[in-house]
Amino acid sequence: MDTSTKEFKHCNLIKVSGRVDSSTATKFSQALEANFDRGVYKLVIDMSDLEYMSSAGFRALLAAQRNCKRYNRGEVLLAAVPVRIQEALDLAGFTELFKTYKEPLEAVGSL
Amino acid sequence: MPALTFPASFDSLDEIREYVGKIARDAGFSDQDVYSIQLAADEAASNVIEHAYAGNSKATFELSCAFRNDRLVVTLLDHGKQFDPSKVPQPDLKADLSDRKIGGLGIYLMRKLMDEVRYEITGAGNLLTLVKRKA
Repeated sequence: MDTSTKEFKHCNLIKVSGRVDSSTATKFSQALEANFDRGVYKLVIDMSDLEYMSSAGFRALLAAQRNCKRYNRGEVLLAAVPVRIQEALDLAGFTELFKTYKEPLEAVGSL
Repeated sequence: MPALTFPASFDSLDEIREYVGKIARDAGFSDQDVYSIQLAADEAASNVIEHAYAGNSKATFELSCAFRNDRLVVTLLDHGKQFDPSKVPQPDLKADLSDRKIGGLGIYLMRKLMDEVRYEITGAGNLLTLVKRKA
């Protein structure tokens, strides 16, 4: 699992690649939390190169969404979600908790 | 059914997903089913590592995977704390963001992804059996 962050005027775009499971979810969480340390609570997560995500990753997403939406200060958006991961997110009932965009830049523009 | 022994460490998860994924693919399951089987096996193993052994990385568990009579059967046998997934309450998937529970999701997914999930306490240890039927 790897992440890279690109800063935009109104939000940060985090690209996550590889596999997020119980062994890598902490590193994924830390990559999201690094934005909060800089006062950025509007995040787009680009999943185009994400191969796999288990419930450990879903929990990290949920924690980040809670943190961002507190005091209406921001939101986590998902972009380019691979079909298998989208199906698992649907099963977990996460679809209503995250707005999802096809293109990462479309999500960036909406924030 | 031959079983592989894995250390009770999250580092085992990659190998477990590859192992069950190969058997499922060779058995002719669809890409969607292969992913489901890998995810269910990962969630099951993660639970054993986290709950049965609570991070004791010297412990081990056994995992087997075989395809027979149109059914793929994955078993996990551990000797740790008893942990019955059927006793874990189902998460409320309609709850608001603030009320969403962080736990129970892995077990819920495991049950939704597989056709059968059985937990037994046997003389050999705690046995979890996951079954996926080939459509």
